[in-house]
Amino acid sequence: LSPIAAAYLALASALASAIVSLAADRFPFLLRFASFALLGVSGVAAVVAGVSVLVPGIQLSAELPLGLPWLQWHLRLDALSGFFLAVVGLLVFTAALYGPGYVRSYVHARNRQSLAALGTFTGLFILGMFLVVLADDAFVFMVAWELMSVASYFLVAHQHQHAANRRAAFLYLLMAHVAGIAILLGFSVLAGFGGDFAFARMRAAELSPTWASIAFALAFFGFGMKAGMVPVHAWLPEAHPVAPSHISALMSGVMLKVALYGLIRFVYDLLGELHWEWGLAMLLIGATSALLGVLYALVRNNLKRLLAYSSIENVGIILSALGLSVIFTGTGHTALGVLGLIAALYHILGHALFKGLLFFGAGAIAHSSHEYDLNNMGGLIRRMPQTALFMLIGSLAIAGVPPLTGFVSEWLTFQVALQAPRLESGVLRALIPVTAAMLALAAALAAATFVKVFGIAFLGQPRTRQARHAHEVDLGMRAAMGLLALGCVLFGVLQNVVIGAIDSVPQMLISQAPAGAAGQSFLWLTPISSKVASYSAPLVFVAILAIAGLSFLFLHTRRTTTRRGYPWECGYGQVNARMQYTATAFSQPIQRIFAPVWDLKEDIDEKRHPSQPQIVASIRYQVQANDKSWTRLYEPIGTLVLAGARRIGLIQTGSIHTYLAYSFFTLLFLLWVVT
Amino acid sequence: MIEAWLFALLQTLLFVAGAPLLLGWIKRVKCHMQNRAAPTLFQPYRDIGKLLRKHTVLAENASWLFRATPYVVFSATILAASIVPLIALELPTAAIADAIVMVGFLALARFFLALAGLDIGTAFGGMGSSREMMIGALAEPVLLMTVFTVSMSASTTNLSEAMGFTLSSGLVLRPSFLFAAFALMLVAVAETGRVPIDNPATHLELTMVHEAMILEYTGRHLALIEWASQIKVMVYMTLIANLFLPIGIATDFTAPELLKGAVAIAAKLALLGVVLVVWETVMAKMRVFRVPPYLGFAFLLSLLGALTHVVLETGG
Repeated sequence: LSPIAAAYLALASALASAIVSLAADRFPFLLRFASFALLGVSGVAAVVAGVSVLVPGIQLSAELPLGLPWLQWHLRLDALSGFFLAVVGLLVFTAALYGPGYVRSYVHARNRQSLAALGTFTGLFILGMFLVVLADDAFVFMVAWELMSVASYFLVAHQHQHAANRRAAFLYLLMAHVAGIAILLGFSVLAGFGGDFAFARMRAAELSPTWASIAFALAFFGFGMKAGMVPVHAWLPEAHPVAPSHISALMSGVMLKVALYGLIRFVYDLLGELHWEWGLAMLLIGATSALLGVLYALVRNNLKRLLAYSSIENVGIILSALGLSVIFTGTGHTALGVLGLIAALYHILGHALFKGLLFFGAGAIAHSSHEYDLNNMGGLIRRMPQTALFMLIGSLAIAGVPPLTGFVSEWLTFQVALQAPRLESGVLRALIPVTAAMLALAAALAAATFVKVFGIAFLGQPRTRQARHAHEVDLGMRAAMGLLALGCVLFGVLQNVVIGAIDSVPQMLISQAPAGAAGQSFLWLTPISSKVASYSAPLVFVAILAIAGLSFLFLHTRRTTTRRGYPWECGYGQVNARMQYTATAFSQPIQRIFAPVWDLKEDIDEKRHPSQPQIVASIRYQVQANDKSWTRLYEPIGTLVLAGARRIGLIQTGSIHTYLAYSFFTLLFLLWVVT
Repeated sequence: MIEAWLFALLQTLLFVAGAPLLLGWIKRVKCHMQNRAAPTLFQPYRDIGKLLRKHTVLAENASWLFRATPYVVFSATILAASIVPLIALELPTAAIADAIVMVGFLALARFFLALAGLDIGTAFGGMGSSREMMIGALAEPVLLMTVFTVSMSASTTNLSEAMGFTLSSGLVLRPSFLFAAFALMLVAVAETGRVPIDNPATHLELTMVHEAMILEYTGRHLALIEWASQIKVMVYMTLIANLFLPIGIATDFTAPELLKGAVAIAAKLALLGVVLVVWETVMAKMRVFRVPPYLGFAFLLSLLGALTHVVLETGG
């Protein structure tokens, strides 16, 4: 199977899955078996196609006899698109494993929504993502981009009986199109200079620095908006959580990555020479997104919304690494630029794995207990032991602790940032450590966030009846989570295998021999030189297991027994579930420290004892931590647009005569212009 | 090569074996300073031994995570210790993991401890976890920034190489190092749960942070956690001593050099222990919400350290 044939197979099976699902309303088994099986084939084919072109120097082009008569569809499979094709394919494959079990509740729901819509738009959404990555001209790119955006709009709106979901979906569609316009304008600048929509012509175009910067700004805004960067992120935590969980996993796990793919393709490949000022913009916005994203995530109690905010943090980390890469490449330190790009790609892979895993886990909890709010969960580790283990691995990976996936990319990013003293500009030398500090703070807060997620949801005592009666999910769902958890461990431990595979991407984009990041053997990761820094995840992994195992063996052979007893309750009798810390309580200290970040609405309702007013009889605390970008950015723009529309609306009188007059004067005006 | 690895193993064992002694020393000096009768230097060993011999009582609803945590915490802390040069430089284990990874190991230990605090579902455990993660979230960036400051000067994040750099450059006064050293001391106090952030000797659950998290642990589990936190104290003190004042540390593995290194680090740790005791004696424990300004100050210091380095100390 040649790579390009595999890519065609991936596209064809995604399309076939969409078509088969059309009949799913009448035959629900089609959705659960045929549709997801085809998606599985599609995912595997994409991984095969993607991995097989991760070799330096391979570029496969193809033309599809579709599209406009004078503009055939150009497709291209190179190392960059191969990498993203593989990442998307991997998650599509696991989603195909997960889906059949998960949609069962949709099939048997009392007021069931159209299954055909669910299956068809899932297929089209995935087809769109594959096509974006494969596109080799702006025309296909935009068609595929819109396919991806519109299909995912219908998935977000799938449970449209709730008004909140309709609102979220509309906001999503609106933002996707604002972003789409910016991207289209960005491509137009390039097409204007290149004379054609084909990427090959755009690459060859010579842009003046000003026009290149304008094109960059448009593309950065457009792709960044779709990727969820601060401050244009507010649609993301609204839209991602309301889709079905396997779709949320795909949206957060890979659709954001497809937007980042667009940014990388546009900036590194099409624009030509890199300017370090662009990198600085990406770095600053990236670090801000990372910090604000994780702070917003920390105070959420709705699990899926929390995960969506955490995606903003991770996109911020990736943007920071990309920014560092552009800064170093733009100032002539290509080896460090390569390293920054590797860090970004590594985090893209890692985030796809663990965010997919965590959304699957959130879906598993919702599937078995119908709960989305952390404050209604608790004690699930006893009811869902395997899901708990997988979620623990995912939480550890996203918190960035060694030796799992999230850590390697953060470590690489820090290593690149630490080379700031090599730069000549004093401003950059001073700003890069500051952004590194912001990233360090974000990483530490991410750990707090995921202690909250795992600790409140899975540990402690069940807080509701539903949580008490939760059950383990079926084999397919566990297999999907298990695969991703295995990926989080393997891709973290086998750092050099991963880096060796993605090395061909920077070689293609920055045209530089491998930086020697992967050392001589698979054990050592020495990005700059072995004297400067080294990390060996395999040895760390073995050492942790060895020390823990040895101490366990040594201590367990002693003649001591283990028995169960009551926990300490200060002598007041039984501990009950209401005495536990809640999710709100857990994050309250940090919420208080960083209070200016949110629009906080705190409400304390204190009831005094009727006869003895010095005694508090009951106390109720409510907090709403709202996203400031709503009131500061979205609402002003929204009112402005509405006001403008009302002004323009004045010319609509409703009388046919006025409209005829308008047409007449327009015609006159045009005639005047032509002559 | 082999002997270097053997030596690294030996030095790690020294960390494990020596940490209780260091804590015994601190306790003893503290008692003397506060006019109390002092236990022997070896009291921490006796305590650990007693706990190891005791039977273990688990809460009824403790999960496997609760039982696994002590082992994870213990091994992560030992790994962190294994990459910090104690007596000699040229540590081969320092290449396995650099200073950033060391911060990661401590974060791994804290992650599991905080989860264990939430496992039983008592109010104290949750309170301890929540506060520990707050302190950790603010302290970890400080630690990373001090590491960054030193490693930008030494242009390496390898701890052994970085200490070698400070040793070879002699007693040069670097303003960035002053800031970094002070920030590291402040954060070490917070991270090891000492006064004024936390009180390791408190008996009141409401004022506990670290102790509240591990309130439900008994027997060998408690022994492992206590031991790990003692190793953590020693790791921080060794970092402060050897990163900023590496005088006397052995540069090769010959007997006289090693002896010199051992004496030097023993003297430095003893001295730092006294400094800690004085600090703990003159300070009163803070309210929880006084901690963020304290750590914010440390963060500012470490950031200043990094900025001083890039602005003043690198030729522009």
